[in-house]
Amino acid sequence: MSVPALIAFDNVWLEYGDRVVLERVSLAIAERSFVGIVGPSGAGKSSFLRLVLGQEAPSRGKILLDGAPLPPECGPDRGVVFQRYSVFPHLTALRNVMFNRECVAAPFTARLFGAARRAAEAEALAMLEEVGLADARHTYPAQLSGGMQQRLAIAQALMARPRVLLLDEPFGALDPGIRQDMHRLITRLWHERALTVLMVTHDIQEAFKLGTRVISFDKRRHDPHAPHRYGATAVYDLALDRKAAPDAIPA
Amino acid sequence: MRWVNVRPSRRTGWLLGAGPLVVLLLAYLIASASRHAANSADKVLPTPAAMFAAMRTMMADADPLTGQLIFWADTLASLERLGIALAICTLSALLVGMVLGVLPAARGTFGPLVTTIAVIPPIALLPILFIVFGLGETAKVALIVIGITPFLIRDLADHITALPREQMIKAQTLGASSWQLALRVALPQALPRLIAGVRLSLGPAWVYLISAEAIASDIGLGYRIFLVRRYLSMDIIIPYVIWISLLAIVMDVALAQLSRRAFGWAHEAGR
Repeated sequence: MSVPALIAFDNVWLEYGDRVVLERVSLAIAERSFVGIVGPSGAGKSSFLRLVLGQEAPSRGKILLDGAPLPPECGPDRGVVFQRYSVFPHLTALRNVMFNRECVAAPFTARLFGAARRAAEAEALAMLEEVGLADARHTYPAQLSGGMQQRLAIAQALMARPRVLLLDEPFGALDPGIRQDMHRLITRLWHERALTVLMVTHDIQEAFKLGTRVISFDKRRHDPHAPHRYGATAVYDLALDRKAAPDAIPA
Repeated sequence: MRWVNVRPSRRTGWLLGAGPLVVLLLAYLIASASRHAANSADKVLPTPAAMFAAMRTMMADADPLTGQLIFWADTLASLERLGIALAICTLSALLVGMVLGVLPAARGTFGPLVTTIAVIPPIALLPILFIVFGLGETAKVALIVIGITPFLIRDLADHITALPREQMIKAQTLGASSWQLALRVALPQALPRLIAGVRLSLGPAWVYLISAEAIASDIGLGYRIFLVRRYLSMDIIIPYVIWISLLAIVMDVALAQLSRRAFGWAHEAGR
């Protein structure tokens, strides 16, 4: 591959006791790619995402981020948006987006005051504007619609300037019309911010529409007497040449 | 229209709610009047006039022995015990509950201990408390604390543990340390739950307070009603019970208001 891999999976296995979830996963994900991850339920899509996130460690094999082994803990270099519960219900939209700045700048109080606070607020507001939520900045998540909550979750994640943005069925619970808006939004942000995106989705069309690459997880082998003994792996790995690199596409 | 679909409006709701209370009051008045018609010296169901007269003495006339206005001294003593106990319970439950809820290692270590303490009937510990702390204030406060703190701790720790895992992951991807996670994610969501827990604990707290006062005390609302029971003074016991209920209701409403004012977001979702 011409572009050096940002994330590399080297023969990764994920096992719980004798239950194999993922087996022999070897992948290289290039910087600035948009990878759609599809597959049937229980095929380890979300487990794959959890491995990249650092929420779980592989039982065998190595995961490299930028050539260095990935620590088995979540960190600010990998942002995430889940289908639900990605925002904090007790904070207004603006405070949700400021969360990263407050954690980074104030290790003990995790709160900012004075000029530092105003700077963080301005930055957060600019981010909210970018996802179209500036008017809702003083609103609590419970009062936002599902689509707005996901916009907020994306804005919140992007404040940490992650190298990789992980999306776990982010638009699965949204109406079709709203989902189209979200597709436009995430494509624009991906271009503008030169992100690397990994998106797990049930919707194969969505994966092909947004992705520069689509990876399908499934089990290669199946033992009917012990279905848990074989894990899933990447059975299809399609590079979509028509939009090979984000630079090639006019924004 | 089906009965399940009949919903009273706000005003009818008030009227409907007041109905049974008025009926209860009327039933008492009728029973009291009929007993007094049969025996004018009846002490079991005193008339409202007798209760007012007895309470006026309790509220306005100083006790010849101590020089105190008995009713107010009782109220103050009981509320002081209850207040100190609830403050200790709330603070310790917040501290321990947070640690148990946020840190899986702490939960693994101390969770079983808290569960064990929680299953001991607190009243059974009262003799031990009297032996250890003597018959003074400490034993009474300790009974309330031992009675409700384990419940509050477990409730709070369970609530924090049950917060969506996604939130914890998200906070970490936003750069939060364990401390920041506890302070900014767990604590604000724990506080409204803690208030709800304290509200639920008010009932048991009063039970423990009155039990402790009944057994060994020389002042307090619980002490007084058990003392005057010897003289069959229902004209004092009934107003005291009503007063205790009123205090409990006021505390409950105050806590509910506090939660709604301070943590409005927690009351949004259910609307």
